[in-house]
Amino acid sequence: MAADIISTVEFNYSGDLLATGDKGGRVVIFQREQENKSRPHSRGEYNVYSTFQSHEPEFDYLKSLEIEEKINKIRWLPQQNAAHFLLSTNDKTIKLWKISERDKRAEGYNLKDEDGRLRDPFRITALRVPILKPMDLMVEASPRRIFANAHTYHINSISVNSDHETYLSADDLRINLWHLEITDRSFNIVDIKPANMEELTEVITAAEFHPHQCNVFVYSSSKGTIRLCDMRSSALCDRHSKFFEEPEDPSSRSFFSEIISSISDVKFSHSGRYMMTRDYLSVKVWDLNMESRPVETHQVHEYLRSKLCSLYENDCIFDKFECCWNGSDSAIMTGSYNNFFRMFDRDTRRDVTLEASRESSKPRASLKPRKVCTGGKRRKDEISVDSLDFNKKILHTAWHPVDNVIAVAATNNLYIFQDKIN
Amino acid sequence: MSQKQEEENPAEETGEEKQEKEGILPERAEEAKLKAKYPSLGQKPGGSDFLMKRLQKGQKYFDSGDYNMAKAKMKNKQLPSAGPDKNLVTGDHIPTPQDLPQRKSSLVTSKLAGGQVE
Repeated sequence: MAADIISTVEFNYSGDLLATGDKGGRVVIFQREQENKSRPHSRGEYNVYSTFQSHEPEFDYLKSLEIEEKINKIRWLPQQNAAHFLLSTNDKTIKLWKISERDKRAEGYNLKDEDGRLRDPFRITALRVPILKPMDLMVEASPRRIFANAHTYHINSISVNSDHETYLSADDLRINLWHLEITDRSFNIVDIKPANMEELTEVITAAEFHPHQCNVFVYSSSKGTIRLCDMRSSALCDRHSKFFEEPEDPSSRSFFSEIISSISDVKFSHSGRYMMTRDYLSVKVWDLNMESRPVETHQVHEYLRSKLCSLYENDCIFDKFECCWNGSDSAIMTGSYNNFFRMFDRDTRRDVTLEASRESSKPRASLKPRKVCTGGKRRKDEISVDSLDFNKKILHTAWHPVDNVIAVAATNNLYIFQDKIN
Repeated sequence: MSQKQEEENPAEETGEEKQEKEGILPERAEEAKLKAKYPSLGQKPGGSDFLMKRLQKGQKYFDSGDYNMAKAKMKNKQLPSAGPDKNLVTGDHIPTPQDLPQRKSSLVTSKLAGGQVE
């Protein structure tokens, strides 16, 4: 069912909760099982904790625009009390959701029956004090804030600031800064809309706040560039503080060059010293102190370079893959086609291709590395480029903030893989 | 470029320069293939055509005038939610957003228009 297609995956700050958003506007939250002596194997398993409908489809009659309910991004807020908060967004509207547990219920009201019906006041002859009784755990999700009407174009990113008070939302041409408490206004901090739309040459593809410096954020573009902005320097950050772009060899330029250089995701490392960008064929790691070129480039599926014509025709060339860091920033992960995903170890410089599918993953069995054969003789275990299923894309992946646990979304299935404990 | 731990494929080039050249040729070959299929494809590679398409996502054509006129006419009768012919969106049939075919702007001209036969 198309509405089940997972469109975003995100661990919370502790990694105990994992949220997924889907094309149908639903959010499903999984919770990690606590260590339990009686069931040692269930430690670390993620089970459904809460499900709710975050967004509904809308139709803007004024602009004749259909607004999809698909959840583009979910971002958790750091936990401050017993409840959990997350931001979820579709193309136009961001919502702050509160997820709280209820395990007690009051019984013995004076003015109403146990089933809620009002009692006749004249029949009440004695007063009693209601008492709290335990009940089955109920997890409730309620929308606490709705941040609407601030984006003319489609929202691609939201990012919570390290100050825990503000967040940014980015669409194709603008970035807005919000305060979590205030829904009726936001500040525009980046505007790249040209006066004449025919002069439009690039759009914003992703944006993120620095993990520690609350005045710094980056945004990536469809031309493969990243701009770092400092909100202290001016109110409108149209002029960047740093501009990251890898020099291109002009002799290698082709019709596809710009399209495949478009950055689909940008993520700061946990340390805040590096950032990673994903373009169509590779993942690049940048040192924030060096704008001239990335410090690392990892090829995700270079064999697709000789398939660009058909990938353009079937629109796959426009697929937006995400990328993520592990907790210690020593490894990075991103998805590919045929339900393959790739992991790169930055220290050992080793990389591996794994598959997320029912056939290749049995519970508690190790994943077998996969290999794509690019030409010549195909070995027994390899799969040839022409046999790859381009409808099976892994666009969304997430890595637990501390442990070696990863979540991989393969169309409408979610896979959670963990490191084996020996 | 990160080093990959792969079994050495005898056909693989070893020098980095050679590898770069190998990388360019397939892309150019693909470009030639595309231009052969769609000769009218934009002179400006990756220019504003893509971006305009991206910005116009979700565009449907809905005439609120038609909708309200038909609704007024049918005031006393039951409002049909979807006519038997989904393509009929004006006149007596009351259009609703769900009925409208999604207008997908095509960047690549149809083969018929280009006069190319495969």
